[in-house]
Parts: sequence; C-alpha cells; structure tokens
Amino acid sequence: MVHTDLSALCRQLRQDVLEMIHAADSGHPGGSLSAVEILTALYFDVMKVDPKNPSDPQRDRFILSKGHAAPILYAVLARKGYFDPAILPTLRSLGSPLQGHPHMHMLPGLDCSSGSLGQGLSIANGLAFAAKKQNKASRTYCLMGDGEVQEGQVWEAAMTAAHFGLDNVCAIVDNNGVQLDGTTAEIMGVEPLGEKFRAFGWHVIDCDGHDLEALLAAFKEAEATKGKPTVIVAKTVKGKGVSFMENQCGWHGKAPNKDELAAALAEIV
Amino acid sequence: MKDVKYIPQRDGYGLGLLELCKTREDILVLDADVAASTRTNWIRDQYPDHFYNLGISEQDMVGTAAGLALGGMIPYVSTYGVFLSGRAFDQMRTTVCYNNLKVRFGGAHAGISVGPDGATHQALEDIALARVLPKMMVIAPCDSEETRKAVIAAADIDGPVYFRFGREAVPVVTDENTPFTIGKARLVQEGSHCAVFACGAMVYEAMCAAEELAKEGVSLRVFDLHTIKPIDEEAILTAAKECGCIVTAEEHQTAGGLYSAVAEVIVKGQPVPMESVSVRDTFGQSGPPEALMNAYDLNAAGIIAAVRKVLERKA
Repeated sequence: MVHTDLSALCRQLRQDVLEMIHAADSGHPGGSLSAVEILTALYFDVMKVDPKNPSDPQRDRFILSKGHAAPILYAVLARKGYFDPAILPTLRSLGSPLQGHPHMHMLPGLDCSSGSLGQGLSIANGLAFAAKKQNKASRTYCLMGDGEVQEGQVWEAAMTAAHFGLDNVCAIVDNNGVQLDGTTAEIMGVEPLGEKFRAFGWHVIDCDGHDLEALLAAFKEAEATKGKPTVIVAKTVKGKGVSFMENQCGWHGKAPNKDELAAALAEIV
Repeated sequence: MKDVKYIPQRDGYGLGLLELCKTREDILVLDADVAASTRTNWIRDQYPDHFYNLGISEQDMVGTAAGLALGGMIPYVSTYGVFLSGRAFDQMRTTVCYNNLKVRFGGAHAGISVGPDGATHQALEDIALARVLPKMMVIAPCDSEETRKAVIAAADIDGPVYFRFGREAVPVVTDENTPFTIGKARLVQEGSHCAVFACGAMVYEAMCAAEELAKEGVSLRVFDLHTIKPIDEEAILTAAKECGCIVTAEEHQTAGGLYSAVAEVIVKGQPVPMESVSVRDTFGQSGPPEALMNAYDLNAAGIIAAVRKVLERKA
C-alpha cells in the first residue's frame, strides 16, 4: 500500500489504536497516541523494511522499548501490510498474536519482544554490533518513553553505544512528560534529557515529535552522523489528538468506553 | 583417589571458547570487567575481534547479547554466576528466554568454594533461578574438561543455555574420551544400594564416598548429572527403582537446585527416600575454599552421612 498522505495515515492509525483498546477493554492509549508520528515516519519513510520479507537479514530493525505502546506498533504494521488489519480488534484476547506487550514469535514484523522497561536500548546496541560485525548497512531504531529512562539499564546502554561508536543506532525518546502515576517532573525528574545524553557522548537532536517533516529531517541527520549514536528527543503530547486524554496520566493505561470512543473518534476522523 | 590432577573449571570455559573462536565467526564473548577471573581474557588476547568487555553492567551485557543473537551471532556472556543470575534475571527471563535466543550464560565462581570473597560472591541460587525459566537449558559440569566440552556442545543449541562452573582448582575426573551428551546423566560407576546424583565438584566427592563405603560393603551408583535441565528422567527413574533410594550432592541451596530437580522427577514416577547434600537455606562466608566446603558438609563425609541416613529410611 502506498500512502502519499502521511497525515491522513496518522488519523487512521489513531483511530485503529482507540478502536483496538476499546475492543480489548484494556491497553495503553496515552503513550500509543504520542508515538503515532514517530512510528509513521519510521515505517513509511525512513526504515528499509519489506512486509513481504519480514525476516530479511539486511532489514533495518525497530525495538519498541516502551512495549506498552504495542497498539500503535500493531496498527502501523497492519497498515504497512505485515498482516490483515481485521485482526487488530483481537488485541489482548486469548490466543491472539497481538499480545498485550509485543511477542516477536507470535506476529510477523516484530524485531523483538518487549514490555519490561529499560531493556530496548541494550538490545538495539547488540543488533548494531552484529550489523557492524557482518558489514551490513542495517540500522537499528529504538523507541523509549521518557519515564522509561528512569531505568538504570538505559544509561548502561547509553554508555555502551557511545563507547563503541555505534552510529548505526538511533534512539528516540517519546518525551511526553507523563508516566503512569503522574508527570515525570512530579514522579522522578528526567530533564534535561538532551544534556544527559550529550554528556554520555551522544549526538542529540531535539524535535517536535508530532511534526512529520521535522521527524524525517531528524532521522536524516541521525543517519548522516558518524562515529557516535544519535538520540532524537521528540517533544510529544501524551494522548495526542484526543483533547480529554491529552497530558492526562489517567489515560496512560485505560480503555475508552463506548461514549468516550465516539467522542475521541469525532475529534480525530 | 590417587594421582588426581587439579585444574580450575574456569580454565575449561576459556579453553572451550578458544576452540570455538578458532573456527567460527559467529561466536562472540562478552564480559563484565572480570575477564581475568572468567578466563575470557584468553579470548581477548588471542581473538580480540571476538571479545567485548561491556564494563560493570550485567543487565546491559545480557541485553546486548540478546541483540547480538537477534542479529545472528552467538554470544557467550561471562561474569560471576551470582551477578548473572541475580542482577540480570529480568533480562535473562524477558529478553533472552521469552524470545528463545541463542545466548549462552557463563556463570563463573559458582558455589561456596569461591572462598575468601565471601557470601556476596558465592552463587548458591543460580541453578534454581536459571532452571525455572522456560526455554533455558542448565548445565553444571563436573570438572575443567567437562566444562570445555559443554561450552563447545552448547554452541549450536537452539535457545538459551546457562552454565555454572567454579573458581578453584578441583579434581579432573574426566578426559577427552569420556562421553558427554547434553541431557544425558553420565554414569560414573555402577552400584545397587543407593544412587548418588551429583553435579560440579561434588561428583569427585561422590566418587570418594563410594570408594570409602565400598570398604564396608555399601555399593553406590554414582551419576554426574551435569545437565540439570532438561533432566535425564530415565536415568533417575531407573536408579530410583533399582537402588531404592537417592542422595543428591551440589554446591547450591537445597531449595530449587539439583535436589529439587531430581525430587520433581521421582515424585511423579518412582517415589523413594531422598537425602540432600547442599547448602541449607543459609548464606556462605569467607574462608579457604576447602575449609568452607568442610564447614558446610559439602564433601565425601557429608555424602557418606547422607547415604547412611537414606539407607536407614529405605530399610
């Protein structure tokens, strides 16, 4: 499928996310909606992937370190053509390939399982190491939440990527400022994120995580950056696109009921 | 036991890795700043392209290994077993085992025989932690030679493998011709009164116990149960049936290790009296390795006492 209008696609993906989570009656809308443009840019422009050959060893890889944003990844993979979008409403149901958090052996197109926070960047580094060893051009992208960087392993991995000069790794922080229990500022401050990564030896790009043009430019800059890994600190809005969900930690992991779904879709479609 | 050579098991780990790196491009060795202790410094020096030191970051090392495995490499992550199985447990579970990745865990300095470093560095729970994980294979070789063989044999296993091996020089009881098959208990000697299933350095202690008890007419069937998962159910059930009682011996907590693994087999097929030689729900301490083994009854005398007890229960 060719999508000339990525903005229209983003509206479709937001609809998919909300409908899936409503159907499952559980799931994480806030952090899925904040990552819509990031994943759209990656899968529909930046990454070299082929849904007809999901295990191509030469492909670029994507690690959803914030595994709870599975609904947006599933929606993107379905719309990209990895599987039939008709199964999206089976999210989280018994026997469904759409597990609550991604399981790579149950669904084509998933490069790794995830769900326990803080682990994705290490995995991305390992993939990048392997690509360098095998002289492959393959790049690895890793999406983390801003709350997630409270995990210590993220900073172990940040050291590793810089120490070994893994310029084929690109991390993205979905910097929506809100985590499960409240804002990151209230719970455990993570800012200044860019300065932290810079101090760890990374090339840092700040960008508006809902501006597709800005994201595409950032990914291009990341690819052109040699000798060090790049992190894109993407300023986003949790629950983006649905006014009553935006910036509300209450919508981190809650499904919209029938009326809420209708109200949300009315704003999006 | 006369004329027995003493070599640290970790030497076997290093030798096995050297052999693998000599012929295979896909083998990588990772360490967390203890390369001189785990013998991965041998790889660092001879095959530098196969070696990465990840620094003191066990969780990141295991995650990185997962990524390497996803990328088609076969990483051997190496550090003290206590940190590997404890500090990086979630990474082992959710990133490596859940994805069924070909990551090999080299758990060095296993058991109480680590000695003077004390309880913080003595892995006494690692078998339990590793074997409850779906997909994980668990191997506790008996000496340096068997460790070497295990490292090589595990290279092509389609999933994760955890090895544990000790620090100190311990008796070498196998040679290059001794059979080693993953998943198959090695019969060390035939016997009929009681079966002893041992792993690690306790295999030698079981052999000594058998020699001693033979003098009074007690015959032990001794097994080197190097593969704790998948366990050799047939050997265990047959021994239970034919000998009528079992003693297990391991440098590990009583709970969750070899004793538990064997008990899980016999309770469902051939229940017989069992006794355990192990660390009894306590932490270790500092001391010379041999003195520690004796202080915790992890020796031939401990096995003999357990055999006498289980024979009484059998009667």
